[in-house]
This record gives sequence, structure tokens and C-alpha cells, in this order.
Amino acid sequence: MSTIYILWLRQIKRYLRSRSRIIGSLGQPLLFLFALGFGLGPIYAKAGGGNYITFLAPGVIAMSVLFTSIFSGIEIIWDRQFGFLKETLVAPVPRLAVMIGRTIGGATVALIQGIIVFCITFLAGFHPESWSMVPVAILIMFLIAILFTAIGTAIASVLEDFQGFQLIMNFLVMPLFFLSGALFPLEGLPKAIEIITKLDPLSYGVDALRFSLIGASHFGIGLDITVLGLMTMFFLWLGSTLFARIQV
Amino acid sequence: MTASPSTSAPIIAVKNLTKSFGEIKAVKNISFDVRTGEIFGFLGPNGAGKTTTIKMLTTLLRPTSGEIRLNGFDPAKDQASVRQSFGIVFQDPSLDDELTAWENLELHGVLYGVPKKLRRERMQELLEIVSLSDRKDDLVKHFSGGMKRRLEIARGLLHHPKILFLDEPTIGLDPQTRNHLWNYVTDLNKKENITVFLTTHYMEEADRVASRIAVIDHGVIVAMGSAQDLKTKTQTANLEDAFLKLTGSSIREEDASPIDSLRAHSRMWRKR
Ligand SMILES: Nc1ncnc2c1ncn2[C@@H]1O[C@H](COP(=O)(O)OP(=O)(O)OP(=O)(O)O)[C@@H](O)[C@H]1O
Ligand SMILES: [Mg+2]
Repeated sequence: MSTIYILWLRQIKRYLRSRSRIIGSLGQPLLFLFALGFGLGPIYAKAGGGNYITFLAPGVIAMSVLFTSIFSGIEIIWDRQFGFLKETLVAPVPRLAVMIGRTIGGATVALIQGIIVFCITFLAGFHPESWSMVPVAILIMFLIAILFTAIGTAIASVLEDFQGFQLIMNFLVMPLFFLSGALFPLEGLPKAIEIITKLDPLSYGVDALRFSLIGASHFGIGLDITVLGLMTMFFLWLGSTLFARIQV
Repeated sequence: MTASPSTSAPIIAVKNLTKSFGEIKAVKNISFDVRTGEIFGFLGPNGAGKTTTIKMLTTLLRPTSGEIRLNGFDPAKDQASVRQSFGIVFQDPSLDDELTAWENLELHGVLYGVPKKLRRERMQELLEIVSLSDRKDDLVKHFSGGMKRRLEIARGLLHHPKILFLDEPTIGLDPQTRNHLWNYVTDLNKKENITVFLTTHYMEEADRVASRIAVIDHGVIVAMGSAQDLKTKTQTANLEDAFLKLTGSSIREEDASPIDSLRAHSRMWRKR
């Protein structure tokens, strides 16, 4: 328990100390929110979709949670290169506890980042359908954060250095985001795209966030939570298995 | 085996241990025992396989073949029990740069389950010993190389394990700190009967503190015994000469420039 806590605390401290990282990672969601939101808004309204900002805001929140949590997971590669990883790997505590501590820490950081972006969406004119559902939205953000931190951990456990990093960005993180329905509705898509979006775990996260924030859902909240929950359990298992096997 | 005071049960037993990285055989079929309460020096030129051996003993690397018993446990199978048994100061950096000195120590103490009161006492004491007390709240990334090294050592001594691994603990340290360190370590060894497994390139340090020494070269143990044994065996006056005689005086390929290693090679050819 104290292992999990101290490693969680470490992640939080590192996050709070890197102001430039906090601000830097807000740039992308802001750009998507304002450029796409206001740029595509008129077309979206003309096509009968309603207010695009309202539709887009949960997607952009999910995006910032996705990016921050994958990076938090992948931070293991940093720790490997700077050597700190060894310190935790030889400690007389279960590697599972180490992995869980890191994951919850990374997920907390991603959650904070998601909440900051949530607040920024107000500036773009977004407001949640019902404030009483906001705590639910926060829980969903946390679930998304845990899932993708675990995925980041699993990936970083098998990578030795940053050489595969570009590959992961372009062939995993970007597709996860763009094919999740964060930017466009999932209704009436070509068959191939529809299948891919259904395989993308982030689709269910975005959908659950939309359910809690704007009261609209494509898959239904029951399916969303089931898929997110099962995926999270699977990747926590995979991440901890791979993490336990790390050699340095 | 007959039991005499100097031959108590081995706390580390290594048999036919081998580690290959692809083509490179870093450790070749080595066997040795370290007795409980001993200070064991593991010496060898750069790239000899010292760190690789330590990594296998401390669960960081899986051996290619061979057998290890550390405090009675197998690092390949019973990792939890093995990790309970030792502490280590790594050769390479292993601090978190984004935390302060104090936070690095605190994190270590918590991971190793040192009770809070004892932890705080030792943290104060060790920071004193490595003269970092006044810098304890600074981020490690603002430390000099030597200060980081001192903090690594303080951290390694924060809990008192059965076996302490010190992989070149004194690289980059000033003579004062080196002196403090060895005094502290020999003290721990005497008072708490902690077994120490150390590597160093400073022969006078090994001569001073190690009760027994193994010399490893190109992954093979070429000699083992007390410093005196090694000197007698090689008919040399000091450990440095004994070491050079045992391992040859050619520069190791890893450290040598191409020209150096060419020279070393031609020297070797001429000898034959
Ligand atoms: N991860 C690795 N991959 C490939 N080769 C490795 C790896 N780790 C070590 N080696 C090789 O194994 C050999 C032994 O290295 P090791 O680090 O054990 O030497 P050492 O005795 O600790 O040397 P030094 O005094 O320089 O610290 C070297 O040839 C090194 O290149
Ligand atoms: Mg070494």
C-alpha cells in the first residue's frame, strides 16, 4: 500500500514541477477545440448536426486524457534511460505494486489534465447538459486514463529506448484518436471505418463522456462501461505481466 | 567441508554461471562462494563481466545458464525473497532527477519498509556523512556529478540488508568521502555482520577492506584468495601489480581507441 502511495506521489510531484509540460500539453487540445470547433462548426450546423462545439468538447477532453496517459505510461522508457527504473525493480516489493502505483499516478495526472481541458471548453462556449453528471464524467475520464496508462506501460515494458516512439505515435496513438469518434459522429460511416471505430477502445470512452456531458450516446452507456472495464482489466494484466519481466 | 570460523556457510553461491548477449559472452561459466559476514572484492578490467554478474545476482538479468543461491534463494525463481535480502549501489546513475535529495531517500526508505522514525534518523545521519545536509531540499538535477554519487551511496546505506552490493561505489568521489564511505561500510560489516560484495578499480581500496578477492577477466575468474594470497601467488609487492600480472597490461578494447587496440594486438602478437 505504501509502495503504491509513494510511487503515486512521485508521479504527481514530477507533474506539478514541470509547468512547461502542463502548458505545452494543453496546446493541442486547445487547437482542436478552437480551430476545428469554430472552423467546422458552420458546416456541421448546416448539415443538421447542431452545435459542433457541444459535440466536439467531450472528444477533445478524451483526447487530452489519451495523450497524457499514454505518455505517463511510456515514461518508463525515460526512467530506464535515466536509470531510476533499476531502483524500483530491485526493491523488495511486488512489481505489481510498483506497476499499479505508477499507473494510478499517471492516470491521476491525465485526469487533472482532462479536468483542466474541461474547464477550458467553457471558454469555447461549452457547458455540460447537467452538472449533477459531472462527477460521473470525471469517473469516466479516470477509467480512460487508467486504461491508456496501462497500455503505455505495456508498450514501454518491451521497448528499450525511444527509437520505436515515432512508430507508436503514428501507428497507434494518432489512429486511436482520429478513429474514435472524437471528431465526427459514428452514425452512417462507411462499413470499413465503422468496424475500425468499433475496435478502438477510445470510441467507448468518448461515447461514455458524451453520455455524461451532453446526454447523447451512440453505443449506450452500459456497453461503453463494459468495454472500458474489460479492456482496462486486460491491459492492467498485460502491463503488469510485461513489467514484471523487464530486465535492465 | 570442515567448519572453522573463517569458513561459515556461503551466503552467495554461484555455480557455472554464464551470460551471453547474442554473440558476446560476458560471463563464462564462473563459480564462487561468498561467506556470510565477508567483504568480498570482485575485481577486473573494464568489460570483464563484473556488473553483468551483479545484475544476475540481483534479479535484474536472467542468467543464460548456471545456478545462483543468494541467502538460500534462486534469483531466477524466488525473486521476492532475493530482493528482501540485499541492498545495492549501482555503477550507473539511478536517482530521480526531478525529486529532491530528501525525496529520493524517503522514496527508497518507504520501498524498503524502513520504519518512519528510524528512516528519518538514518536519512539525517547519512546526509551528514556525505555532506549533503544543507542541500537536501534541492532537486537532484541541480547537483554536481560527485554530489549525485554521494547521494546514491547514502541511499544505498539507508536500509541494512543481509548483503550489500557496491558496484564501483567510489567512482568520482573525493578522498574524504571515499574514506568516510569505507569506514562506514566496514563498521556496518562488523557491527551488523552485513556481507559486502564490492567492485572497484582502486586496488588500494580492495586491499584495505576486502577479506577475499576474486579477479575476473574476459568473463572468467582467473584468481581468488585474500589480497596477500594474490600477491604471494604472483610474487608482487602490491595488489595493483598482482592485478596487472593476472589480467595482463593490454588496454581493454572497449576503452581503447582503434589505434590503442591495434597496438595492443601487435604487442600480443609479438609476445607469442
Ligand atoms: N545489455 C547488454 N547488451 C550487450 N552487451 C552487454 C550488455 N551489458 C553488458 N554487455 C557486455 O558484457 C561485457 C561485460 O560488461 P560488464 O558491464 O559486466 O563489465 P564490467 O566488468 O562491469 O566493466 P566496467 O569495469 O567497465 O564496469 C562487455 O563486453 C559489455 O559490452
Ligand atoms: Mg561495471
